[in-house]
Amino acid sequence: MTWLRALLLVLCLVSPVAALSPDEVLPDPVLEQRARDISSGLRCLVCQNQSIDDSDADLAKDLRLLVRDRLVKGDSDEAVRQFLVDRYGEYVLLNPRLNNHTVLLWIAAPGLLLVGLGTLFVLGRKRRTVTAGLSDDEQAALDELK
Amino acid sequence: MAAGDTVSIELGHFALILAFAIAAISTVGGYVYWRSGQRIALVLSQGAVLQFVLVAVAFAALIQAFVTSDFSLLLAVNNSHSLKPLLFKISGVWGNHEGSLVLWIFILVSFGAMVAAFGRRLPDDLLSLVLATQSMLTAAFTGFTLFTSNPFERVFPAPLQGNDLNPVLQDVGLAIHPPLLYAGYVGFSICFSFAIAALISGRIDQAWARWVRPWAMLSWIFLTMGIAMGSYWAYYELGWGGWWFWDPVENASFMPWLAGTALLHSALVMEKRNALKIWTIFLSIITFSLSLLGTFLVRSGILTSVHTFASDPTRGMVILALLALVIGGAFALFAFRASSLRQGGLFAPVSREGALILNNLFLATAVGAVLVGTLYPLLLDALTGTTISVGAPFFNLTFGALMAPLLLVLPFGPLLAWKRADVVGAAQRLIGAAALAIFATILISALGGVSISLAPLGLLLGFWVAFGAIAELVERSKLGRIPLGESMRRLFGLPRTTWSTALAHFGMGVTVLGIVATTAWETELVTTLNPGETAELSGYTIAFDDFQQVPGPNYLSDEGRFTVTAPGGSTREMMADRRTYVASGMPTTEAAIETYGFSQLYLQLGEPLDNTHVVRIWHKPYITLIWLGAILMALAGMISLTDRKHRVGAPQRARKTVASPAE
Repeated sequence: MTWLRALLLVLCLVSPVAALSPDEVLPDPVLEQRARDISSGLRCLVCQNQSIDDSDADLAKDLRLLVRDRLVKGDSDEAVRQFLVDRYGEYVLLNPRLNNHTVLLWIAAPGLLLVGLGTLFVLGRKRRTVTAGLSDDEQAALDELK
Repeated sequence: MAAGDTVSIELGHFALILAFAIAAISTVGGYVYWRSGQRIALVLSQGAVLQFVLVAVAFAALIQAFVTSDFSLLLAVNNSHSLKPLLFKISGVWGNHEGSLVLWIFILVSFGAMVAAFGRRLPDDLLSLVLATQSMLTAAFTGFTLFTSNPFERVFPAPLQGNDLNPVLQDVGLAIHPPLLYAGYVGFSICFSFAIAALISGRIDQAWARWVRPWAMLSWIFLTMGIAMGSYWAYYELGWGGWWFWDPVENASFMPWLAGTALLHSALVMEKRNALKIWTIFLSIITFSLSLLGTFLVRSGILTSVHTFASDPTRGMVILALLALVIGGAFALFAFRASSLRQGGLFAPVSREGALILNNLFLATAVGAVLVGTLYPLLLDALTGTTISVGAPFFNLTFGALMAPLLLVLPFGPLLAWKRADVVGAAQRLIGAAALAIFATILISALGGVSISLAPLGLLLGFWVAFGAIAELVERSKLGRIPLGESMRRLFGLPRTTWSTALAHFGMGVTVLGIVATTAWETELVTTLNPGETAELSGYTIAFDDFQQVPGPNYLSDEGRFTVTAPGGSTREMMADRRTYVASGMPTTEAAIETYGFSQLYLQLGEPLDNTHVVRIWHKPYITLIWLGAILMALAGMISLTDRKHRVGAPQRARKTVASPAE
């Protein structure tokens, strides 16, 4: 399946090479590190699931420069992200922020785990009193996956 | 082209149509007459072998057309070129939608034929139902291929030259990767068919788990290798040294692996304790369903974006309908029949089976988490029109949080006895492993410097899992408690499954260590260099010697030669190039990778910039451990397959061990 991704990569990029160019790097290493941390969490909007850090697309380069520009002007990390979200929408963040639209996404994994644990616990207690089979267990495990 | 080739393409086409017909007849015949005993089982076995032969002919015809550059075949025109090296002519057959479907079907019928060949000792009704279900899958996907994606379409007049395969796909890794991955995906169809057979016949017992486990193991081995290979391919070919991206396409292959891993463990409980039966059936169905999603949902384009999906709606809609039919049908059958299966098995929470249930809990939750993360943006877009991205940071967090507790309890599992175990005793036997893990972590953190806060925790988990796996071998060979020679005799006398468990878990620990080390201590240098200049990174001195343009077979290459001096003083030459493919004009980068111990130096020649060359260099400490661990896991699977207990048709042995505790 990787070939498909490669195909999309190629379609989206001029060439599939690493992104950051030496002329973009900030002289201040602390600021540069912050820029890298931020840009690895920002989506290259014209690519398939790449961060702007990894992408060679022109837009990604523009965004990398923009991030650095804001940082040099003294913005906090959060302010830079907010600036980009205001401009391009939540889509630009690879790590979605918790809000009405993403609450289900964020509670899915812990929710599933809790349901599974709860089921095992309930079944464990029930089993001690009644000699029951496993059907509830499996049913719950099934629900847990849905 | 010669007349012979032309005939063979039509012959291949005809063979595929015939395979479709036979599969369809086998499906109907099998489901109607499965109670008819040996006669129907024999007919279906022959049908399975025939399907295999016919699809093999079809596949061979395609390969021949590509190898001989027969451009009267549309598929060859679109994906091949007469100048392409032979290997890539062959791999070009499956480097596209239509051809990869034929490969998929070829592997499907190969597994079907293997069941027919090795399944003589299965009860006739079970064998018939399994083969009928396999035939149903063959019929469905051969039909899909023939009616919507026919690989045998011709062009007249035939063009003189083809359009070439996408350059990024012209790579040895990618020639082998899809067959491995597909073998893994498709192998789980056997588990699926066994599950369907159990549901229809209403009979399921420990023997069922013993029959299914080798198939699950074999598929799991292929899938493990396939994913590792794909990861390594992305690492060296895409040019910036990333090895896992949580891309929807990768997730699609990872989910069946997680579910398959859960299945291997739950089938073990079923085999040994006659418990978790319905859950194991469920996992068999879900694993293959995820495999189907992995192959075809990706193929439909819907994962990439709802909008690409809309661009070729017919094919996508047919795929979705087919998936809904197969998966939905299986789950409907499950819902309808599962409650009628006989239950069994009681056990205490602290026991081997208790640990395996915990394993299944975390793995199943992880599958759920990855599935939700992959599909959520799609559903949200479809339902509300809001677009969000769910990328690597999200998956690293959720998946990591689920794996940490799993890894923490993992070493306990093999040390606990079946039925009722002594957790204090197991903990005592793990004290040595824990102490070693803590010591190693402190040592490495002190030497390497802690650059990210979670690194020591990750290292600790990795070492804990790896040493814990060895602890089981130490324990069972009574090493240090009896004379060494006797201990060694015991060690090599241990059942192969014990070795396999230890090696697989050790491999898991190794992979974790690789991931943690490379994430925490990777260094990077992006700079401009001219020939004659040098750069330095993590103690390595990299001298840019020479730059020249060289023609390749079907591309032009800009080659950079570098001399690398390692911290120890030894020098090696590295060669990185950028290629421009003649037919497509597409560029690719070929990174230079040099392995030092378990670490690698990764060097990439970038685009020219103001008369100099952009050079990107990474030092990736212990990165090879990631794939080495995967290889160990696959090896462990192979060892387990050679255990006589797992051979199909050795039904009596395992039953004897049921009552006795593991130790």
